[in-house]
Amino acid sequence: MTAAESPLLAARGLFKRFGARAACHDVSLDIHEGEVLAIVGESGSGKTTLLRLLSAQTEPDAGTVLYRMRDGVTRDLVTLGEAERRFLFRTDWGYVHQDASLGLRMGVSAGANVGERMMAVGARHYGQIRETATGWLARVEIDQDRIDDTPRTYSGGMRQRLQIARNLVTKPRLVFMDEPTGGLDVSVQARLLDLMRGLVSELGLAAIVVTHDLGVARLLSQRIAVMKEGRVIETGLTDQVLDDPREPYTQLLVSSILPP
Amino acid sequence: MPALTLDGVTKTFTMHLQGGIRLPVVSGVSFAVNAGACAVLGGPSGIGKSSILKMIFGNYRCDAGRILVHADDEAIDVATAQPRRILALRNRAISYVSQFLRAVPRVAAIDVVAEPLVATGTKPDAARERAAALLTVLNIPKPLWGLPPATFSGGEQQRINIARGFLPERPILLLDEPTASLDATNRAVVGALIAEKKKRGTAIVAIAHDEDVRNAIADEIVDVGRFAAK
Repeated sequence: MTAAESPLLAARGLFKRFGARAACHDVSLDIHEGEVLAIVGESGSGKTTLLRLLSAQTEPDAGTVLYRMRDGVTRDLVTLGEAERRFLFRTDWGYVHQDASLGLRMGVSAGANVGERMMAVGARHYGQIRETATGWLARVEIDQDRIDDTPRTYSGGMRQRLQIARNLVTKPRLVFMDEPTGGLDVSVQARLLDLMRGLVSELGLAAIVVTHDLGVARLLSQRIAVMKEGRVIETGLTDQVLDDPREPYTQLLVSSILPP
Repeated sequence: MPALTLDGVTKTFTMHLQGGIRLPVVSGVSFAVNAGACAVLGGPSGIGKSSILKMIFGNYRCDAGRILVHADDEAIDVATAQPRRILALRNRAISYVSQFLRAVPRVAAIDVVAEPLVATGTKPDAARERAAALLTVLNIPKPLWGLPPATFSGGEQQRINIARGFLPERPILLLDEPTASLDATNRAVVGALIAEKKKRGTAIVAIAHDEDVRNAIADEIVDVGRFAAK
């Protein structure tokens, strides 16, 4: 297989139990460069657990997560050391939390939030860091005169956009998003989705987006995985699964959407 | 040599929430379309014409049969292709004008039209320029170009949808009632655009209830009633 054909990340046979409950049961999936995969399902279906397993934040009871590193070597994330994992997170990955305060440093300025990520990958020139940070804040539609304010003073939508800027400034190859639009007003959601759509296609990122909102999945992703009780019960093209759902549970999810 | 071949295509919906009722749609659909030709699907509403187009585009799944897209030197079977192959086909081989525009919030009409080109590597400015030319041909007033189409009239939305589907040059074009909400002037414009596509070698599968449009574009009428599911 050529590099373009082999997946960036490939999970095989992932299992995770919390006590008696199977949070993740025999999940296998692939993600390629430039592809957005949505993981959908109701609360408690195991979406976030799966995201944490894929991003090596939770150790599986069984299974592997193979990741093709920048040097072309494929490694099993389960066997990576702590330092290597942290290096991946700093350089190659982004992680957008539903609660922006988990992904931001709330006590430092917006500019520093973005600049800090750059310094973590070796940027040292203050002027350049400042310039890049300002550029990124403009791309996520944050006014220049707010760059020195801390995210504490930001609205929910602004915090989320800042979190995205902080994640993307280091040009990651893979971004994990956990309910990125959760808890935001619909108008703010639409703006954020539009922004994410543009950035993902412009930067050719791979992204894995956990959401319970099928509209978000339709807008952002090309492929979808439907989860129920820790299992992936249906996968396919996003528009195919949403327009022609096969499994009873997927049909229930799709038919439960309230039209505006 | 056909650009598209359907062979024994069969589709049934199973409605699990309604006690597992099975709704057979079509059975054994078989026809082929050559480059530069237009096949119009005929038959009354509800007989499965749109479902056939959706299966060719990979939007609906196909329960049995083959849908062969002859792209480059290979034939890809949409009915069994992996999602990534279908996405690749949509990017280089198949264009689809659905019956209704699915508008994305906040995206300007001109960008909705330019998007398929941008997605396949055309620079945004160049793509917008070509989108503008096509919007002009389709009589979309310039002040609307920068607005999201969600608030446009039915006919305007339909023309945005047509522009989006016609802009990229793909060997296969699927048209679902492209002129249903258009006035006579714009029907003629769309008819001329279809004729141009055929001249350039595009294989077209269309649904067109309007008799004048149908007569103008069809090289063959495929009677879908023949494939009614038993």
